[in-house]
Amino acid sequence: MNVHVTFASRSSRAGMALCAVAFVALIAAPAWGGRDDLQLLSEMYCYVALASLWNLLAGYAGLVSVGQQAYVGLGAYILFAFAILAGMPPLAAIALAGIISAAVAVPVSGLVFRLRGHYFAIGTWIVAEVFRLTASQVSVLGGGSGTSLPAALIIAIAPSRQLRDFIEYWVALALVGAVLLLIVLLLRSRYGLALKAIRDSELAATCNGIDVRRTKILVYIVTAGAAAMIGAFIFLQRLRISPDAAFSVNDWTAFVIFITVIGGIGRIEGPIVGTIVFFALRQTLADLGTFYLLMLGAVAIAVMLAAPKGIWGLVVEKLGWQIFPLERRVIADGSTVAGNAAKT
Amino acid sequence: MEVRAGEAVAVIGANGAGKSTLLKSIAGLLPSRPDAITFAGEPIGGLPAHAVAARGIALVPEGRGLFASLSVEENLLIGGQLNRPGPWNLSSIYDLFPVLGERHAMPSTALSGGQQQMAAIARGLMANPKLLLCDEISLGLAPIVVRDIYTRLPTILSAGISLVLVEQDVVQALKAVQRVYCLQEGRVALAGAAKDLTRETIAAAYFGV
Amino acid sequence: MTDWINVILQGVLVGGLYAMFAAGLSLIFGVMRLVNIAHGDLIVLAAYLALVATQTLGIGPLVSLLIVVPLMAAVGYALQRLILNRTLGEDLLPPLLVTFGLSVIIQNGLLALFTADDRKLQAGAIEVATVRLFEGVYVGLLPLLQFAVAVAVIAALQFVFYRTALGRAFRATADSPEVARLMGLDNRHVFALAMALSLAVVAIAGVFLAIRADFDPSIGPARLIFGFEAVIIGGLGSLWGTFAGGLVLGVAQAIGAHINPGWQILAGHIAFLVILAVRPEGLFAKGRA
Ligand SMILES: Nc1ncnc2c1ncn2[C@@H]1O[C@H](COP(=O)(O)OP(=O)(O)OP(=O)(O)O)[C@@H](O)[C@H]1O
Ligand SMILES: [Mg+2]
Repeated sequence: MNVHVTFASRSSRAGMALCAVAFVALIAAPAWGGRDDLQLLSEMYCYVALASLWNLLAGYAGLVSVGQQAYVGLGAYILFAFAILAGMPPLAAIALAGIISAAVAVPVSGLVFRLRGHYFAIGTWIVAEVFRLTASQVSVLGGGSGTSLPAALIIAIAPSRQLRDFIEYWVALALVGAVLLLIVLLLRSRYGLALKAIRDSELAATCNGIDVRRTKILVYIVTAGAAAMIGAFIFLQRLRISPDAAFSVNDWTAFVIFITVIGGIGRIEGPIVGTIVFFALRQTLADLGTFYLLMLGAVAIAVMLAAPKGIWGLVVEKLGWQIFPLERRVIADGSTVAGNAAKT
Repeated sequence: MEVRAGEAVAVIGANGAGKSTLLKSIAGLLPSRPDAITFAGEPIGGLPAHAVAARGIALVPEGRGLFASLSVEENLLIGGQLNRPGPWNLSSIYDLFPVLGERHAMPSTALSGGQQQMAAIARGLMANPKLLLCDEISLGLAPIVVRDIYTRLPTILSAGISLVLVEQDVVQALKAVQRVYCLQEGRVALAGAAKDLTRETIAAAYFGV
Repeated sequence: MTDWINVILQGVLVGGLYAMFAAGLSLIFGVMRLVNIAHGDLIVLAAYLALVATQTLGIGPLVSLLIVVPLMAAVGYALQRLILNRTLGEDLLPPLLVTFGLSVIIQNGLLALFTADDRKLQAGAIEVATVRLFEGVYVGLLPLLQFAVAVAVIAALQFVFYRTALGRAFRATADSPEVARLMGLDNRHVFALAMALSLAVVAIAGVFLAIRADFDPSIGPARLIFGFEAVIIGGLGSLWGTFAGGLVLGVAQAIGAHINPGWQILAGHIAFLVILAVRPEGLFAKGRA
């Protein structure tokens, strides 16, 4: 019998086709959307990316961090530092922010990986606080009250405001696309199998010769670098930075966790669905001030208690859909023999 | 399957026959239909474990399950924390198991295996139950220690409680009880008075041959 | 010289407050392995409850403890019974997410009700009274009282935990919830009592925090972190260790602040990270956790 392994299924093929159409439409957004639309979409992309990264950390590698704001803020500060102090073009500084932050994550992982479970979670938060307090001591970047990007640097990106908006929008789209691609590729690599083994049973994974610690550290470092690039972009768009905003635990971790859990943890689609819910709540309750945050917290609690696999988890359970081809399927003579060997 | 007041019953069966599952279901640790289990004429199948305990059923769990961070005496006091009236209290327990009295202040982990089993039984008795369920008292103990523990059973029964013994060690169990149930794949394969059962009938029920 | 004695003394006195933040946290972690992310926000909630009590009833902050402590204990019991018990299990994400959600809800709820303005509880003459220890070294009566209360709280918790039937039930349930149920202990109730006790301590800590310094709805998470640091510095499984951990943190912060006012909190975090790096089981641990 002729047997081979494939990732694709019918729903994933349809899903990928749909994704391709959506992607083209989103690339063309500057043609159909106004300035506000582009900005809203960029912001959503950033949250999709951050939530996807957190999902990779917590949902796949079992690293429940509440300190990702450390890297969001670090990336943002690196961008501001190189732009303001060295006159580096901000878009180039985004890449640099990613590389430097990943390098910083190496020694940090040595420290926080001494902690397990809950202690790991709060340990990462304390590291982020150290970063925040250190940033507020850097007087050339405005200390505790922060600073702004000089206008000349912004104008250097592109001469017209409209073109700048377009470029920034495409950068955001490219960033979220790259993050999603990175995660899909990582999960389909041999590390992906290791991550699934770890998720199912860390002990069994260790016994089967998977270097759990190394895989986890790799994920931690990669997500740190990627989160830093997103952070750098977010604050490039905002043009202003301050330690409290850049290292905010609520903005860059609490809401990101809520988004992931509401959408569905441990699934690629979860963060996308969760982000849509988050922004829908925000846009509809905008008049009530910070009330939407209260609602967001309540919705996250309700989802965790009532449907811990999130909205997309329910969709998969009831309808069996999957958009991203991540499940290994064994095919014999063109027909599926074993479908659900490894659930994504 | 039934146990009458003041009676001692053994439940035997091969590994995985469902003996522990049966005891846990009675004790309320596993869910069952409300009317599947009746105690003193009332359905208790739907009650949670703490409510079953309050009605007078105590389970001495398989593997003893002493509280590691509590002393011997504290373990006994937790057993008696429902304050049900009856013959058992610290001093009557220490009369039955003098070694526990000598070691009452020690951490429960410092006891030997046999002493730990005594402490687990004693902890169950402290609740002054009407029905005591014991899961594999002899597990991992030397025969002489098992015999030592079994010599206390008549005293326990003389206080008027019912006893269910789950055992792998059939010979030992049969000597201590009036009636026997033999489980096989979750069902009663054989039931009868202890003195009527022969080695052959038990073996047949045990292995389903 | 007296300069440094003063600095360390101030640190020790603040450390008592941190020990109170930590004690409630370590109590519930010990009993049910739950890290309550909303712990700091609950401390701030207690401060606002005291604020409302003092303003509406015209009572002093210390008297308001008679209201705030039972109220917070009731909140703790209800919170555990209605929500948190349903999150307990092997997976650490549900309790973490739910308490994170509570944290955001409390912060934004307080913000909506009380705005972001700084508040403070006025304790009257006691706030300015000082005691002379010896030449050149004075301490405020209020910090001294607060320190004494912290010692009393830790001693009381120690007593409850190791000398009472309730403490026995806590320890038994922590060891094995399943076997504890066989002894007639309803673990949902036991856990709720532990949370009630934790929030009673939170209430005391919140009121003293509010007398000492300005507070606003956003300061909770930092209090959680101080409490957490004190627990880890002290080492798991020992209340007096936690107390000592609070003092170490307080002293580290006081020394940092003395060198440069901007370094106060940072110095505490650095001390924590250094201890984590060289002695991860904590300074006063009973055994490896
Ligand atoms: N009545 C039943 N119907 C279906 N499955 C059952 C039944 N009773 C027990 N089982 C299953 O059989 C398995 C073994 O049960 P259990 O642990 O009770 O066996 P045991 O007799 O105590 O074995 P041991 O001697 O090893 O302690 C469990 O997985 C349990 O779920
Ligand atoms: Mg068994």
